[in-house]
Amino acid sequence: MPDANNSVVIENLLKQFGDFVAVDRINLQIRKGEVFGFLGPNGAGKSTTIRMLCGLLTPTSGRAQVAGYDVGREPESVRQNIGYMSQKFSLYNDLKVIENIRLFAGLYSVPANQLRERIEWALEMANLKGQENLITGTLPGGWKQRLALGCAVLHKPPVIFLDEPTSGVDPIARRQFWDLIHHMAEEGVTVFVTTHYMEEAEYCNRLALIFRGKIVALGTPSELKQKSMQGELLLVECQPLGNAVEVLQSAPDVMDAAVFGNALHLVVRNATAAIPQVKKYLSDRSITVGRVEKIHPGLEDVFVSLTTASDSGKEWEA
Amino acid sequence: MSFTRFLAVARKEVVQILRDARSLIIVVIMPVILVLLFGYGVNLDLKGLPVYVYDRDGSQQSQDLLKRFQASAYFDVVRVVNDYAALARSLDDGHAKMGIVVPWDFSERLHEGRPVQVQALVDGSDDNTANVLIGYAQAVVQGYSSDIQLDWLRNRGQLAQPAVLSVETRTWYNEDLESSAFIVPGVLALVMSVIGAFLTSLTIAREWERGTMEQLISTPVTPAEIMLGKLVPYFIIGIFDVIVCALIAIYWFQVPFRGSFLTLLVSSAMFMVVVLSLGFFISVIAGSQLAASQIALLITFLPAFLLSGFLYSIEQMPIALQWITRILPARYYVSVLKKIFLKGTPTAMLYTDLVPLAVFTLVLAVLATRAFHKRLA
Repeated sequence: MPDANNSVVIENLLKQFGDFVAVDRINLQIRKGEVFGFLGPNGAGKSTTIRMLCGLLTPTSGRAQVAGYDVGREPESVRQNIGYMSQKFSLYNDLKVIENIRLFAGLYSVPANQLRERIEWALEMANLKGQENLITGTLPGGWKQRLALGCAVLHKPPVIFLDEPTSGVDPIARRQFWDLIHHMAEEGVTVFVTTHYMEEAEYCNRLALIFRGKIVALGTPSELKQKSMQGELLLVECQPLGNAVEVLQSAPDVMDAAVFGNALHLVVRNATAAIPQVKKYLSDRSITVGRVEKIHPGLEDVFVSLTTASDSGKEWEA
Repeated sequence: MSFTRFLAVARKEVVQILRDARSLIIVVIMPVILVLLFGYGVNLDLKGLPVYVYDRDGSQQSQDLLKRFQASAYFDVVRVVNDYAALARSLDDGHAKMGIVVPWDFSERLHEGRPVQVQALVDGSDDNTANVLIGYAQAVVQGYSSDIQLDWLRNRGQLAQPAVLSVETRTWYNEDLESSAFIVPGVLALVMSVIGAFLTSLTIAREWERGTMEQLISTPVTPAEIMLGKLVPYFIIGIFDVIVCALIAIYWFQVPFRGSFLTLLVSSAMFMVVVLSLGFFISVIAGSQLAASQIALLITFLPAFLLSGFLYSIEQMPIALQWITRILPARYYVSVLKKIFLKGTPTAMLYTDLVPLAVFTLVLAVLATRAFHKRLA
């Protein structure tokens, strides 16, 4: 299993809570310096996986190696070589920015002769220079996230785990945060990040889609968009939309229908054959039809298609 | 065990205590308030209890008797009434704890050497006070009675004999029988229960509740470093508070301090480890601040308050309860406190308390270190 090119190697990793299988025998290899996205709905097993990889949860069975250390047998070595940002902001709100940084520098045993330089670096990176004495709890969400990231990487870990790092952060702050992530990856850090934002998934080098504890697709964003879609995608402009979705969902040969903005996305087996059928089907039900054409799926379409394929009728929360 | 990591946790904890007004109040003000509260507020001595009298005789002798009541430190004759109804009312509305009725033929019967009874109506709603009142009243009346007998004998030319039997008492340890001397030393156990168990269980439960513990345990810090880092600041605070409380007891309430200060510190340190370990346990079991505070009150504060011998003497408890007190660390600590303060018992003779306390200290400290796992589930 030891592998010079891989930072994270997961083999048959299983986690059960009682009868509930949270993570179902997954296998993954994550390369050094890769930004790896772990995408899935709430409760799919993202956080459970990340917590096992950080040694916070004991796997029921299977193995995982992080930065060359076994998470089950050498959790302390794993922890010295990773940075972890939990889903919920979990620095100390009642401490000052600098106090949080010093705390984590201490916890990661940053050597005294590097301490000043690392703290400066973290403040610089988190764009918090001059804000050292603010109470952490008073910072805006985006600043808090950057501070949390700064604290998690004070010891220059080769691998970082970010569990939904940008949830509840405004889009601009989210964008800045991703710039940071890419900056670190350029320096050779492996980033394992979970998200349920589709546009964030596009920023990743590779993605794994996890659903109900199982990895249902794996690849680069463009590979996923090209290969993983079950069937083909049609864009349908029509009025009224709500009505059209309802009738199309029960139409023959339509695998799925959903509202996207002011049009519909329709999953069908064969786009060319379906276009005239859909037009007629809608007109017959006195729905005004505009443009109907084949389009390239986005990640969200892929995701909906994959998750409904393994569980039709299940709501996907984006 | 890395000293850097321990120090990082401890420093963080101190900053948090200093920044949080509520913890500061508990740490600095609460101990002082508790000592003052128990020093002043809890007074088991009964003095100057209000008494109404209904003197139906109105003679020189009846006045002599009533003067003896007034002269006693235990009674305060606040009013003289002229009928039974007024006397009954005074007990009903609580203006008097006792009503004394002197019969109309009091002096006449005394003069004739016939037995006579003085009636005492006692408010029995507080049985302890009532019992004490009855005892004091009997003592006053008997004293008067034997003086009359002596007079009577003397008047008949017989040589007055001194009283045949009497008890010569000398009170040791708490010479003035001051409640505060009995109570205040035990307050130290209460203060430490609050600081040790209550406050620490809250701070740890808070970390789980807010998710900060998850971030903490994702770092290389070990369970022992987290535990020591969190507990050492509270240990120091606890010992500091013990010293403050002891000084207030000695210099403000004039509680005698006759034993060894070192023994006080050592036994306090042991008890502090006991309550800190309990607090640590509680936080592991509880998971939420609310549950932690309630469990802490239930298993440390209340036993220290009710069953440790702090206020209520263990010898007076039912046998079953006396056995239960044996598994309470607070019992041994309170016992040590009282012996050190009042009796000045040499440290070597405290082994009946110090040995059990040391056993609790060791066992609980070991169990606490085992209880904490750096795992979420």
